[in-house]
Amino acid sequence: MLIKTENLWKTYNMGGEELHALRGVTFCIDKGEYVAIMGPSGSGKSTLMNLIGCLDTPSKGTYQLNGRQVASMNDDELAFIRNKEIGFVFQTFNLLPRATALHNVELPLIYNGTTAETRIDLAKRALEMVDLSDRMMHRPNQLSGGQRQRVAIARALVNNPSLILADEPTGNLDTKTGVEIMGVFDRLHEAGNTIIIVTHEHDVAQYANRIVHIRDGQIEREESGRKRAA
Amino acid sequence: MALQLFELREAMTMAMAAIRTNKLRSFLTVLGVLIGVSSVIGMVSLITGLNNSMARQIESLGSNVIYISKYKPGIVMGNRSSDERNRKGIFFEDAEAIAANCNLVSAVSPENNYWRWPSGNTAKYEKNEALRPAITGVLPAYEEVNNTEMAEGRFFNDIDVHFRRMTCVLGADVSASLFPGLDPIGKDIMVNDERFSVIGVVAKRESLLGESMNNFVLIPYGTFAKLYPWEKELWLACRAQSAEVMPQAIDQITELMRRRRGVAYDKPDDFAVFTQETLMDQYKKITGVIYLAMIVISSIGLMVGGVGVMNIMLVSVTERTREIGIRKAIGARRRNIIWQFLIEAMTLSGLGGVIGILVGIGLAILINAVSPLPAAVSAVWVMIAFTVAVLVGLVFGIYPAYRAAKVDPIVSLRYE
Repeated sequence: MLIKTENLWKTYNMGGEELHALRGVTFCIDKGEYVAIMGPSGSGKSTLMNLIGCLDTPSKGTYQLNGRQVASMNDDELAFIRNKEIGFVFQTFNLLPRATALHNVELPLIYNGTTAETRIDLAKRALEMVDLSDRMMHRPNQLSGGQRQRVAIARALVNNPSLILADEPTGNLDTKTGVEIMGVFDRLHEAGNTIIIVTHEHDVAQYANRIVHIRDGQIEREESGRKRAA
Repeated sequence: MALQLFELREAMTMAMAAIRTNKLRSFLTVLGVLIGVSSVIGMVSLITGLNNSMARQIESLGSNVIYISKYKPGIVMGNRSSDERNRKGIFFEDAEAIAANCNLVSAVSPENNYWRWPSGNTAKYEKNEALRPAITGVLPAYEEVNNTEMAEGRFFNDIDVHFRRMTCVLGADVSASLFPGLDPIGKDIMVNDERFSVIGVVAKRESLLGESMNNFVLIPYGTFAKLYPWEKELWLACRAQSAEVMPQAIDQITELMRRRRGVAYDKPDDFAVFTQETLMDQYKKITGVIYLAMIVISSIGLMVGGVGVMNIMLVSVTERTREIGIRKAIGARRRNIIWQFLIEAMTLSGLGGVIGILVGIGLAILINAVSPLPAAVSAVWVMIAFTVAVLVGLVFGIYPAYRAAKVDPIVSLRYE
């Protein structure tokens, strides 16, 4: 069991008024699964993603990631977990604009104290996995959208995390490039990585084995992905 | 807050990249630091140069010379007290008494200056004229006491003094302006409209505080007393037998002078006995004041620079909120972010420091080239200036770095 949440609540205080973004979410994800979390905007899927990604802590409930209780950790402990266990892929790529592709991919390794040679070695290997070996010294503004997202995926991979968490990874890409990127995720999944994709696009969700629908802060229903089933 | 070396390198690389992208902004930011540092380096170089030259100058006087004058050397702030103003002067008779009674003193040189009111002394040879030379009446002992080296001719002897001969010995500058390319010995010159015959020229002395020490005309004391009989107050330079007996020699002189001037046993000296060491101390006091002024000026510059650095770092934190969010999302801890921005602030101000040091050294070279003032760059101060510049970045970078570390990754990742 990689992820185990029990009765997760997240409550925001909006000017004295309590707003429940999540109302008791309970679910499990196993190692090697490929899960899509779907839901319309305002459904709480971003909040759920923040919790799963250890960017935030729940107001109530427990969250076990890889056997570790995350719900009560402080900022620096969460940072450590994020570095070790999670690789993020964002809709807007979120690369450092002034750094080369290689440097961007190296970044997670810098924060866990990997030495320079190992770092460059691992970063190069991650870039090879996403077919960007020839673009290592380019800055993000010298790369196309698809290439940028592939750099971001390489960055998410480089630390060999237990979970790759992608937030609308194709949201800023045209359809063709989107398909290409989803192909990359497919390959990663086949290689044994656990992947969670947060999306509101039905087509994208269909790549996963399992689709979790969120509505009004609760799990509405689950289904298996069409493409997998076929 | 341990900081790993490669983390430092990463932060510095990123800092340099940030500075490169905002060249003009970065330059304007560090201008304050730059001005503060360059003014320190420039002024310290000047003072170091002056110190070196002063030290050489004072050493050249010889370590066993004792001076006696009415007042202590140095700058007087405000008015002297009435006791001080009513002091008796030092006279020629005092020189004779010291020579006769102090066995540890090997030579006594009374020296008396004349200044023609209001426009200064003149010295002319044909159409050539020296620029307001000092005219000093001296004894033959002057040569020994003041370590005088003759470039040409001879110094005065007892006959010159006794017969009040109209002979003179010139300083190197006076000789150069009156006799360009000529042999001055035996020539007659007009000093304040009196005819003198040149018998010698003193070798060039090093200039002091940028002022020439070679613009003088020496005349025999007897002649001086005849021409300017109203000029009675003078000062004395004495040479002790050796450097070892200096304290005893000073005691002998002080004792004798107190007796001659009738100073009661419980009253302080109403005259000053001092040595080159006293001069050096005095000089250090003056430069100490200059150092203080300089530190005040430059700290204002550095403060302004520091505020500039802080301001731009706050801007930078806001601009790079997203970057901070990304870094935090992929595992940067608070201390990583704090160090990153501190290092960036220090790199910025340190760079200002380096440019400031270069400008300061340039200033020193310029001062050396275009003015008579000597300037010498002090390695210690270069180090101090650089350290202070970096410290400014550290101190003024703390608040922006703290702000950066507080950034919430969830909010900042949505930040456009």
